[in-house]
Amino acid sequence: MPDLHGFGGQILSGAFTTLEVALTSLIFGLVIGLLGATAKLGPIKGMRVLAGAYTTIIRGIPELLIILILYFGGTVVLSTLYGDYVEVNAFTAGVFSLSIVFGAYATEVFRAAILAIPRGQIEAAHALGLGPVLTFRLVMFPQMLRYALPGLGNLWLSLLKDTALISVVGLEDLMRKASVAAGTTHDPLTFYAVAAALYLSFTSVSLAGLNVLELHANRGVRVLGGERR
Amino acid sequence: MNWPIIFDALPSLINGALLTLQLTSTSVLLGLIAALPLGLMRASTSKLLSGLVLSYTFVLRGTPLLVQIFLIYYGLSQLSWIRASFAWSMLKEPYWCALIAFSLNHSAYATEILRGGIRAVAPGEIEAAKALGMSYMLRTRRIVLPVAWRLALPAYANEIVLMLKASSLASTITLMELTGTSRKIVAETFSPYEVFISAGLIYLGITFVCVQIFGLVERRINRHQHRPLSKKGREPGEVSTDAASQDRFIA
Repeated sequence: MPDLHGFGGQILSGAFTTLEVALTSLIFGLVIGLLGATAKLGPIKGMRVLAGAYTTIIRGIPELLIILILYFGGTVVLSTLYGDYVEVNAFTAGVFSLSIVFGAYATEVFRAAILAIPRGQIEAAHALGLGPVLTFRLVMFPQMLRYALPGLGNLWLSLLKDTALISVVGLEDLMRKASVAAGTTHDPLTFYAVAAALYLSFTSVSLAGLNVLELHANRGVRVLGGERR
Repeated sequence: MNWPIIFDALPSLINGALLTLQLTSTSVLLGLIAALPLGLMRASTSKLLSGLVLSYTFVLRGTPLLVQIFLIYYGLSQLSWIRASFAWSMLKEPYWCALIAFSLNHSAYATEILRGGIRAVAPGEIEAAKALGMSYMLRTRRIVLPVAWRLALPAYANEIVLMLKASSLASTITLMELTGTSRKIVAETFSPYEVFISAGLIYLGITFVCVQIFGLVERRINRHQHRPLSKKGREPGEVSTDAASQDRFIA
């Protein structure tokens, strides 16, 4: 990394924070998404309504507003609970909000993927005497992954870019470091261009990785005319 | 819940929402106008044209919108030749910077969605148009675009909702749209829950109305079909409308 008026190291550490936030939110978001999809397709009506309300509300509100609600609102709630001023840490608030947002979209992706598995496959698994856990692990999950991967890939890319929003509440991520450096050196063009280039490299690497994953998930799928859709 | 604060804040929030709507609709309109030629170039058989447009959409879809806004608002003012040019009267205003960033960003997403739609037009229909002796312009206008538009609409409707939500980023460069107004009121009253949740409900309301309107439009433009395109059970061999949404980044 070039020196960049001495801010090179700062930018690099910001880039690590960005990746850290994105990966942590990805893991929590995937878990929320699986739970949400299970609730939405499950037999309990209350759970279905709850999961439906969750995805509708979260997908209808800007990510920035969700971050602000959880950051400032979280401070107020925790302060009243403890009876003393508690400040919510930007990392926690950020990961929390991005996981909730990712989870809401992932719920829909997983739901569609589960519905795309032919019913007969699951019946066949039951007929072979597989229990619910084995049915999920051996029959549903590998097929679901194939349908869910393109959608999840898109969600990951938007998550990666949404991390920039947490800089608004003061997380020391790539965006924030670039802003600070831009303000100090009066050279915003350079620093925002460097930030843009780094984000672009993250998304490019992700795209290449996702292609490999998709090829792997689609192994054994017969392709008509040798052309992949 | 502190109700008086909500009632006091409501008029300003509604004013903010009007700016949000204005920003969103203007950027969507400008973005769409740019996306029409770009989408045709992107879907064309020319590797050069398609590649050029791809690099445009790749950069705009691969970087955060916030970076793009800051680059335009803070970055461009650094160049003396821009400050000397006539464009400076616009570029010094946060409103225009936000509008330019949103329009560019939206045009990139809209281009890729349009490309998905164009590529999904059945080859037989294009061949038939060629066989009838239609020129490129004529068959694009009469055959390709009407079909592509129907195929791309569900994904595009989603994109407009995403643009509406993305317009909240204008608050980072001092614009007092819905999010900006609510941040200002929170800073004055320190009642984050009441104000932010009211703003969230207004966003939800706008999103809901958008989704309803697009549902109506979709049903209307597909009314000649026995089964609506957006529902399950497409014609065999027809590329799903999701093709457009599958290979795009969500804003």
